[in-house]
Amino acid sequence: MLAMNISMMPAAVLNGLMFGAIYALVALGLTLIYGVLHIINFAHGAMLMLALYATFYLFKFAGIDPYLALIIVIPGSYIFGYALYRWGIGKLSHGKDQNILLITLGLSIIFENAAQFFFTADQQTISLSYSYDSFDLGFVYLSYPKVISFVASLVICLMLWWLMATTDLGKAIRAVAKERQGARLVGINVENIYAITYGIGIACLGAAGCLLLPSFYVDPYTGNIFVIVAFTIVVLGGMGSIVGALVGGFIIGITESLGGLFLGESLGQIGISLIFILILVFRPTGLFGAKQ
Amino acid sequence: MLEVKSLEAGYGLVQVLRGIDLNVNSGEIVAVLGSNGAGKSTLNNTISGLYKPFAGSIQFEGQEISGMASERIVEMGLVQVPEGRRVFPNLSVLENLEMGSYRRGKGNRAKNIEHILEIFPRLSARLKQLAGTLSGGEQQMVAIGRGLMAEPRLLILDEPSLGLSPLLVEQMFTLIKKINNDGLAIVLVEQNVVQSLAVADRAYVLENGEIALSGPASELIDDAQLKKSYLGI
Repeated sequence: MLAMNISMMPAAVLNGLMFGAIYALVALGLTLIYGVLHIINFAHGAMLMLALYATFYLFKFAGIDPYLALIIVIPGSYIFGYALYRWGIGKLSHGKDQNILLITLGLSIIFENAAQFFFTADQQTISLSYSYDSFDLGFVYLSYPKVISFVASLVICLMLWWLMATTDLGKAIRAVAKERQGARLVGINVENIYAITYGIGIACLGAAGCLLLPSFYVDPYTGNIFVIVAFTIVVLGGMGSIVGALVGGFIIGITESLGGLFLGESLGQIGISLIFILILVFRPTGLFGAKQ
Repeated sequence: MLEVKSLEAGYGLVQVLRGIDLNVNSGEIVAVLGSNGAGKSTLNNTISGLYKPFAGSIQFEGQEISGMASERIVEMGLVQVPEGRRVFPNLSVLENLEMGSYRRGKGNRAKNIEHILEIFPRLSARLKQLAGTLSGGEQQMVAIGRGLMAEPRLLILDEPSLGLSPLLVEQMFTLIKKINNDGLAIVLVEQNVVQSLAVADRAYVLENGEIALSGPASELIDDAQLKKSYLGI
């Protein structure tokens, strides 16, 4: 049994990498929002769920392929996130971080219950003509959806890194993250940057929703499955670190996959919890986090 | 150029400034002096749009700016280099300078950076270094350089000598004079009375949120009240 499991390890690692890229995308939004606004977005899971539903209904009613839906759901999620922060969260928080925390928690409850009311609590999924097609690498079959999701996630992470590293907007976001007052004095509209950052964070979830649906399902609480893992990735990678979210996503994806292989489906998650505890004990700033 | 009339301002419900009248003409260095808690930073931050005044008027080049958003005020050419530098520690020196021209765009950016590096040649070797890892004096250079990148017509320098060694303080005041020689009006907010008055054309002394003294710097330096209060003479 053990010998068979060991022979399946390369396949498990590859599958973990594939799923880890989507985890990274979810964590990327979370870490970006934390890095700039210094708050944990408790509505993250609920927002992912909304993105999944948006992708689902675009497919169901308009026949739009989930990967094609990226060009609708990503900007739609960005606009939703921007507007929600600019005219909702930002205004209601009165500039206090703890208020933002409570508001996002409240929003998650509202979104989940509204989804249950409008979309029912049933699990829903879609079937694509190429869902079961796969690449044969000799030692493992990788399904098209997983490979597409992996590549698309990497491209989105890379684009986000480029935005943050080279553009004026990215530099302004990084400037606001560490020095709000200084940013105001060079003419950066800090409230606008907060809303943009929140919008980008939610746009990452929009992308994750489109990339997940072909190989997953949606119900009003699906988002929570991912967001708990995303919290671990953010802690592992270092809060606020984009590279950390990507590397952390891969590590957690592989850990989960190997855990499932050797310990079974139900105990497979134990490795993630173990990593979470170990990182908090031995390196609380995470792999790529800046020391405070 | 800048005209402040009967300004009342503060934090929340606490009033700090009471009836401030102050004006700055083109090309002048005007010193605003006062001890800790006199209201200097509240005055700067209200002029810069970080705080909304309770009452009174602030006009910059004939336009009312009281209560205007800070980014709009920067766009108009009134820029503050804040106390404590407030550079972006996670950005390189070059990126800090680039952010100074955030509202101006990339048009004159390369030319302006070149000009800043002529004023602060020491920064040339530090362009790729994170600003948070620089010494206090170098951070002050970055902060002033970043302010100049916004192409200001009036620059407010809030305690630029704070925390610097005596030698660097000397250099800083020489530099302020040099920047002013290019025609830039400067409001120099300082506790360092002697050196501020040496470079300033005029000065205001703030005490408990009110203007206690004002006049040409050359006259104030001999003022008996000022000597007693700030120089212990």
